[in-house]
Parts: sequence; structure tokens; C-alpha cells
Amino acid sequence: MSAFTQAVEDGLVLTKRNVLKNLRNPDIVVFTSAAPIAFALLFGFVFGSAIDVQGSNYREFMIIGILTQTMLLTASNTGVGIAHDMKLGLVDRFRSLPISQSAVLVGRTSGDAVNNVLVIILMSLTGLLMGWRIRSGFLDAALAFLLLFLFAYAASWITAAIGLTAKSPEVLGNVMLMVLLPLTFISNSFVPSEGLPKVLQVVADWNPVSAVVEACRQLFGNIPPGRPEPEVWPLQHPVLSAFLWVALILVIFVPLSIRRYAKAVGR
Amino acid sequence: MTNAIVAEGLRKKFGTHTALDGVDLTVPEGSVLGLLGPNGSGKTTTVRVLATLLRADAGRATVSGLDVRSDAVQLRRKIGLSGQYAAVDEDLTARENLRMIGRLYHLGVTESSRRADELVERFDLTENADRQVKGYSGGMRRRVDLACAVVSKPEVLFLDEPTTGLDVRSRMAVWEVIGELVSGGSTLLLTTQYLEEADQLADRITVIDRGRVIAEGTPDVLKDRVGGERIELTTRTAEDARHAGALLAPLASGEPTVEEADKRVIVPVSDGPATLVSAIRLLDQHNLRLAGVTLRRPSMDEVFLALTENSDTAAAGGKIEEQVR
Repeated sequence: MSAFTQAVEDGLVLTKRNVLKNLRNPDIVVFTSAAPIAFALLFGFVFGSAIDVQGSNYREFMIIGILTQTMLLTASNTGVGIAHDMKLGLVDRFRSLPISQSAVLVGRTSGDAVNNVLVIILMSLTGLLMGWRIRSGFLDAALAFLLLFLFAYAASWITAAIGLTAKSPEVLGNVMLMVLLPLTFISNSFVPSEGLPKVLQVVADWNPVSAVVEACRQLFGNIPPGRPEPEVWPLQHPVLSAFLWVALILVIFVPLSIRRYAKAVGR
Repeated sequence: MTNAIVAEGLRKKFGTHTALDGVDLTVPEGSVLGLLGPNGSGKTTTVRVLATLLRADAGRATVSGLDVRSDAVQLRRKIGLSGQYAAVDEDLTARENLRMIGRLYHLGVTESSRRADELVERFDLTENADRQVKGYSGGMRRRVDLACAVVSKPEVLFLDEPTTGLDVRSRMAVWEVIGELVSGGSTLLLTTQYLEEADQLADRITVIDRGRVIAEGTPDVLKDRVGGERIELTTRTAEDARHAGALLAPLASGEPTVEEADKRVIVPVSDGPATLVSAIRLLDQHNLRLAGVTLRRPSMDEVFLALTENSDTAAAGGKIEEQVR
């Protein structure tokens, strides 16, 4: 068997492990979705009543923001899971096995990707119940779901890199939230970025989260007619720039995580 | 006899902390080496270097004839590792854990299953083999972990503190399992803080402290190095214990230890039986009544204490301590 097919098989064995783990802990999907659903209700019905987004239904506007935020939240499970494996000494054991350096991380991120699909479905249904509608064709909508899925997958590799160096799974959870909240709020997720103070607006315009949100709004047909054209390149070409962001994250963080894994030892 | 493990001058620093300060080890094929030392002495770091998890800053090591650094990939096929914590997936069952490890050693689907069934039985896990490890006791987890380490029938097995955190009964059970593993002909490197564990399981013991080997030899040789036997007396009162300690000092080969709280006196002696007779005669002359008396070989605790004290003196004097060969 060639080294490559061997590596694929190792990855599959470990993916199976993670899918089994996730199946036996359905609370991961539930808890990952609980906070975003609460957010959706809070923003949709409480803040939403006072927010005016030019000619559009606010709930339809913000549900894409919630979806994107949820993708980052669910991606953080990858890092937390790896931090757990480190703590339990499982990473030490795996590293003593004759498997490729990437197998453990491939298995973990792939297993979590299955979870992410469930989360996307759950959150989309929540959105539909709250009045969000897909106003585009099948292909565009499919591309939008694919983008959300890939964004979560790429983000999994970021959290994996962090999880391999975190002091403990508990600390990691808090750190992720501290990064996640500003990243998703200083964007066009919940309010149009044009109204933000200048500095925040620059951050929001170039934030990858904004690109993904804008791309999804465009692909789902949720951009209200007559909305002024964005002024920055990433938001003028949101689909292209969102996929570029995904590619960039993967190009940086896949090798980085694998290198960290190869040196990781339990504490 | 060929050596399964050879380490020469291993050094490792973490920041400013020196974990390994020139560790030399040899373990002949098919034998058991007990690596004995207190917390933070460098035991785990040594195991991690030998099991290809960590790179030493200096020195070299071969395991099964393969260099831990340049031949790491081939070497991983030949070793089994059980780390300091029972590293098993808690969400999987014992059988699933074993099958997964088998697959990752590339035994194939059927062989992995067969091997898992075999190990489940051998490690006395049959009853709970299809339950998630989550609900297992510490001892059971440890057994799953040890079973994982031997899935591939490794030539060299590393067990890092295999009984830490276990109660006495589970510890005995694990000892039994380790005894069986060794009879299968594998070479075993076992680290432990429990001195009686090394005494019980190992053919040879290497004592390590602050990243340096301070003694090496068979358990018996190490005990001899610390001196001969001990007379252990139990008196009726603490006052008597002090008195006995003072009376017997001239007969002792070292300083007698008086443990007033336990009303116990421990006297190291060179000629056990003869000195025991003189000691009892002497105490009788002084009308000192005893609750108990035994003549025994020094415990590993005493060995260890003595050896580390030697090491302190040697370090203070700037001398290189001699090693027992």
C-alpha cells in the first residue's frame, strides 16, 4: 500500500473515531446551537424591533450573521476536542503510532465537519421559522451552504492550531469566545457596517466574516434592492473574496497545525 | 546480549529548566529496567525522547537498533507506549479503542478485531468491553491503556508510571499484567516513583534525580550499596525508643533512626544476626522491654534516600559520583 493510501486510511479510521464520539455526545450539537438560537431570538425580536435596515426585514438581514457566527462557534469545538486529547495523553499515544503526522488532525476536522453540517441544518431551520427566506436559485443557495461549510472547516484548522498549544481545554473555550465575539460583532453580521465609527468600519470591511456574510446574503438573495454599492473590494466581490479567505486560512493553518502536532507533547 | 535500548548523554532543556542533564541508559533485550526517581526528576522526559515524542537537545539514543531521531518512523512500528495518564478515548468502548489502535498499527480490519478480542480477554475486560470507557474505574482504564500499548506485540514497551493514582488492589492487578507482558519476551522500560514497584518488577534499576543518573544496578546491588541489614525495634514508649537508639548507636554501621511517634528505632548494621543478638542482650541489661523486633534488608525507600543524599554531597563537592556497574 502506498504511503498516500495508507495516510488516507489512517485519516478515515480517525474520522470514524470522531464521528462516533460526536454521535455519543449529541449535546455538542445542541449546546453549540443553543447560544446562536438564543442570539437569533434576541436580535431578531428584541433589538431588531429598533433596528432599521434600509428596506429589508431585519430578521432576514441578521440570520446570515448568526449562521456565520455559528460556524465559528462550532469550529471552536475542534480546538477544544484537541486540547482534551492533549490533556488525556491521547496525542502522545497517537504520536507514538506509525501513522502520518496529518492523520489525527484530518480525522478530527473531518469528524467535526459532519457535526457542522448538522449545525448548519439546525440553524437554517431556525432561520426559516423566524422568517428568513432563500430568494435565489438552487445553485446559488447550494454554493452559499458550501461556503458556510468550508468556512467552518477552515476555521476548525485555526482552532486546531490553538488547541495544540492551549494550557487546558477550559482556558481555551474562554480564549476562543474572546476572539470570536469581536470578530463577529465588528462586521456586517448584525448591523450594516456603513454606520460604524470610521476605525471599526475599516475593520468590518476587511473582516473575513463580513466577506462570508456578504457572499451568503448575495447568494441567498437576501440583499435588499436599492442598497448602496459597498465601497471596498472584498465586499464588492464577496463570493470570490470569501472563497479566497477560506483558501488562505487553509494554506496557512493546515501546515501550521500539522507542524504543531508533530511537536506536541502532553503536559 | 544485545541491548534493546541504548541512550548516551541525553540532554533536554525546557526554557531555563534542565530536564535531562546527560542521561545514559542501557537495557538488554528481553529485560526490565525500572527507571526510578521522584516527581520532576526527568523520567517522563526520558521516556518521551526514547518513544520518539520529544527530541533531545544533545546525546543519542537507539531503540531496537533504530535511531530515535532519524529512524523515528520505522521505530514507531516496534514500540508500545503507555503514558502517565490512561490515554484512552473515553467516548469509545474498550474494544473500539483496541480496534482503532490495531488499525493505526495497520494490522487490517480482521486482525485488529481478533487482536482486540484477545486482549479484552487477557486483560480481564470482557464484562465491560462494550461499554464506554467513561464509566470505568481507574484500574480498568489503566488495563485498557496497557492493552492498547501491546496491541502490535511491540519489541520494546515503555510504561510511564503505570500505577500512579491507583489504589493498592488495582496496583497489584496491574503488576500481575505487567509480569505477564514481560514473560512474553518484550523489553520493558518502566518508570515509577514507587520504590517497591521497581523492586518487584525490574531486573535492573536506574535511579534518576534532577535529570542525572545517580545509581544503576540490580535491586540487590543497590541495596548493598546502601549498607547491610536493618534491625527494626518497636518499643513500648517514645522515651524507650530514644533510649534504645542511644544504646545501640555503637553497634550500628550508620546513624540509627528514631521515629518517636511510632516508637520505632531503625538501626543499620553490617553483620545482621550477630549484631541482633548483641543488641537484644544490651537492651535486656538495661531492662528495656520491646514490643517487637525484626531483622530485614533495607527498603527501597531507604535505598533511594541514601542514594539521593550521596548525590547531594557529590554535587556539593563538585565530584563526579561513581556508578555501580
